[in-house]
Amino acid sequence: MNAAEKAKAPPIKVPRDGPRLTGDALKAKLAKTWGNPPGFVGWLSSVDHKDIGRRYIVTALTFLALGGVLALVMRLQLSKPDNDLVGAARFSELFTMHGTTMMFLFAVPVMQGLQIYLTPLMIGTRNTAFPRLNAFSYWTYLAGGCLLWVAFVLNIGPDIGWFAYPPLSGPQYGVGKRTDIWAQMVTFTEVAALAAAVSLTATILKQRAPGMTLARMPLFVWATLVTSLMIIFSMPSVALASGLLLSDRLVGTHFYNPAERGDALLWQHLFWFFGHPEVYIIFLPATGFVSEIVATFSRRTIVHYPIVVLALVGTGILAFGLWVHHMFATGLPRIGYSFYTAASIAVSVPTGLQIFCWIATLWEGRPRLDVPLLYVIGFIITFVIGGLTGVMIAAVPLDLQLHDTYFIVAHFHYVLIGGAVFPLLGAITYWYPKFTGTMMSDRFGKISFWMIFLGFQLAFFPMHIAGINGMPRRVYTYPAGMGLELPNLLSSIGSMIVAAAVLLFVVNMVKSYSFGRKAEANPWGGSSLEWDTACPPERYNFAHIPVVESRTPLWDAGEKMPVAHGLRVEDREVLLTTVMSAEPDVREPSAEPSIWPFVSAVAVSIMFICSIFSPWAVLIGAVPATVALIAWFWPKSPEPDAEPTIS
Amino acid sequence: MNRRIAAVAIAGALLASCNGVQNVMGGDGAESANFIRLFTLFMVLCTIMYLIVVAALLAALWRRRRSGLTVDDRRHHQISPIVRPALIAWTALVVTGLTVLTVASFFIDRSNAATASKPAIHMTVTANQWWWDVEYNLPDVSKTLRTANEIHLPVNVPVHVTLKSNDVIHSFWIPNLAGKQDLIPGRLTDVLLLARKTGLYRGQCAEFCGVQHAQMALDVTVESKRDFERWYSAQLATAKPPATPLQRAGYRYFTTRECAACHNISGTPASGQVAPDLTHLASRRSIAAGALPMNKGNLYGWVADPQSQKPGNHMPTVGLEPNELHGLIAYLETLK
Repeated sequence: MNAAEKAKAPPIKVPRDGPRLTGDALKAKLAKTWGNPPGFVGWLSSVDHKDIGRRYIVTALTFLALGGVLALVMRLQLSKPDNDLVGAARFSELFTMHGTTMMFLFAVPVMQGLQIYLTPLMIGTRNTAFPRLNAFSYWTYLAGGCLLWVAFVLNIGPDIGWFAYPPLSGPQYGVGKRTDIWAQMVTFTEVAALAAAVSLTATILKQRAPGMTLARMPLFVWATLVTSLMIIFSMPSVALASGLLLSDRLVGTHFYNPAERGDALLWQHLFWFFGHPEVYIIFLPATGFVSEIVATFSRRTIVHYPIVVLALVGTGILAFGLWVHHMFATGLPRIGYSFYTAASIAVSVPTGLQIFCWIATLWEGRPRLDVPLLYVIGFIITFVIGGLTGVMIAAVPLDLQLHDTYFIVAHFHYVLIGGAVFPLLGAITYWYPKFTGTMMSDRFGKISFWMIFLGFQLAFFPMHIAGINGMPRRVYTYPAGMGLELPNLLSSIGSMIVAAAVLLFVVNMVKSYSFGRKAEANPWGGSSLEWDTACPPERYNFAHIPVVESRTPLWDAGEKMPVAHGLRVEDREVLLTTVMSAEPDVREPSAEPSIWPFVSAVAVSIMFICSIFSPWAVLIGAVPATVALIAWFWPKSPEPDAEPTIS
Repeated sequence: MNRRIAAVAIAGALLASCNGVQNVMGGDGAESANFIRLFTLFMVLCTIMYLIVVAALLAALWRRRRSGLTVDDRRHHQISPIVRPALIAWTALVVTGLTVLTVASFFIDRSNAATASKPAIHMTVTANQWWWDVEYNLPDVSKTLRTANEIHLPVNVPVHVTLKSNDVIHSFWIPNLAGKQDLIPGRLTDVLLLARKTGLYRGQCAEFCGVQHAQMALDVTVESKRDFERWYSAQLATAKPPATPLQRAGYRYFTTRECAACHNISGTPASGQVAPDLTHLASRRSIAAGALPMNKGNLYGWVADPQSQKPGNHMPTVGLEPNELHGLIAYLETLK
């Protein structure tokens, strides 16, 4: 066909969804377009956010189990004074691996997994923005987790604590490769977290269903937006910190070496500038779960939605002004400390307002005490204790005594387990039908809830007492006669109960996957868009893109959801809308499945891991990584019937 | 609620059961007494806040039998008029409570800082993996005293402690007397101790500093000014010469073989500086930074094989013959 003929030829009709193409005919076409390629390579190539989200969740829960086993071993060792079950060196590895696994490989990734899975469903689109980047994110995360755990199994796991203060982690005291493996694992997880955060931010800002203005966005999506932005602003700090540490260790720089005018405290500033926001990166998505669960099970909207949104944003901003409260004992100027005390206490105001809004919603609605709401109640009762002990240790005179004791261990487990894991377990129960198509058993769910809730209090409340009785954290043993025997024994018993309960929860998940009751599309009567899709959702999520007219579209739409038409069905296309008011803007092609994100992740992983052993690996390893990235971004040849993507 | 009350009761019982040599509620120093005051204020206000939250939560759940503003009545966007004043009241309460706590924290902090104005004794504590090097710095330098893993303090006398580290970050913490301060290589930090009650206390490293972080304790004796001065002058004395043949054999071994390379015993040729000063070892309460109580059996165990007693510490297992070991212990026991 020459140019003249081409110009004369009538434009090829591109099939689009609409009144003439709807129902099963449309679904068949969409399923073909959005399906994965067959076979194992197809499985590795998937860029479907639901696959990636599920993989993230399952992997993170596996790391939770592994980290939990380490915790049990530590609790056995500490169940009595002068115990010799675990030696000093092994114990250092245990708590380092426990903290690192829980913070880097479980807590942040599991939240991002749920966000990747749920966000496109909740905002009414077919996939995330940059789907291949998302796939790359998962494989990188998996490689980082495997690096750490393979090293641990080979007895070269890190032993310097999860925040790895130099000079203990520096070349002089942290000999061998243990610390390099830790620092490089941080690199993996920060690359993964940043990639997912960028993808989520773009998805939320540009792919919301028409009509879903920022003011109509589900609160979980708000939490996702805030945490993704927090990741983007905080992760570079830890990337810098771990990069400088690796450089000190591998090429002999002296950033943290006081003998050569480096500064050991530089690490603490860089690390906690990331480390404190990280706590909220874990906690804010959990408040998003709580908002969704409270609304659904109270059968009404969250009271004072704008206050909850402002609380999320306010917490996200304040979180960056608190990091020095981890450093009150380092001898920085006292006047400076006062600012961080005030900021640390102030951050409890937005959280207090959120708690008010949830309780007021329960008050106004008609709460139904199903398992997800039980976890929310457990969350409020438990988390508030952790929040209030947090207020205590924000005060310098109190922190100087309680810092680095078991009181702190109790505090952050109340905040992280009470504040994040309880809502997470509620969220898993709540969205389980969406993930799998079946319901989790209610009876097992209730038993495991009560075991976890009560076992948790038994395991962690006595730790406050142990701290007050003078037990520093990270000790492999303690002497008899200081009042530490009873609190430690109770903690150990409680931890066994929690472990049994988590096991029961997992058994419930596995059993319900095969034998659970089949779920209809909206089993809990929820109001947000994800309940408009099938359980589990089709590959394309929505046959037609929904149009949103209120904060609770499923409750207000009546019999039939209004929908938008006109997206191509034989090519992957998503609808972009404007940032603030979500007016239809552009039809945008969405990436096809590709093996190259996986190959790129493998290449980058090899480069990262080899660079632990030689700095040349960065140079040589960059070659395959670049080749893989070029293949990933290889442009498709322009179609003969190209049409403008702006409608 | 019964469970909570039970938990509080258990908590009280646990607190009462401790003997308090290393306890943040000890209140035996000026700063520690301030801690108790502030901690009590925080506990009271926080407990009130907590009870309000739990009561509101239970009330909200209790109310569920009544009809609500729900989607079933198509009233799910409405809010009843009581919520707004409740929100204002709650916000006012939270902000007021937190402001009171913040201001109280500032005042206590200033009060702690003010205690540091006129110290009477200066000392330097240098942390090492995993022991404490202690030096009393009197204006008269001939009276400088060096010891290890123990400090003695006169009661009611403010003592200024300069804190240093020779290797990694440690944290100096005697909870009965004051809050902790980190010892950071390349930096100087300090802490002021003002003991209010005589007694025996225990300090411990509070920042993870490597494999034997758990076994890095410090024996603290707070005594009357007279007792302190007696102790000080006894510590200034050099070690007594060995008396029996067995002690002399131990002395010879110590001063001519491995021991003297690291340890100092004043008045003898042993003048190593990288390990604890042993001039008055036998007068201390414990061995190896609180790892073992001081007695003959433990001394035998420690000298014969320090690596099995405190694995990973920097004292090598030398491989002593039995007669060498007997001699060494006999000599070390004379170092009162």
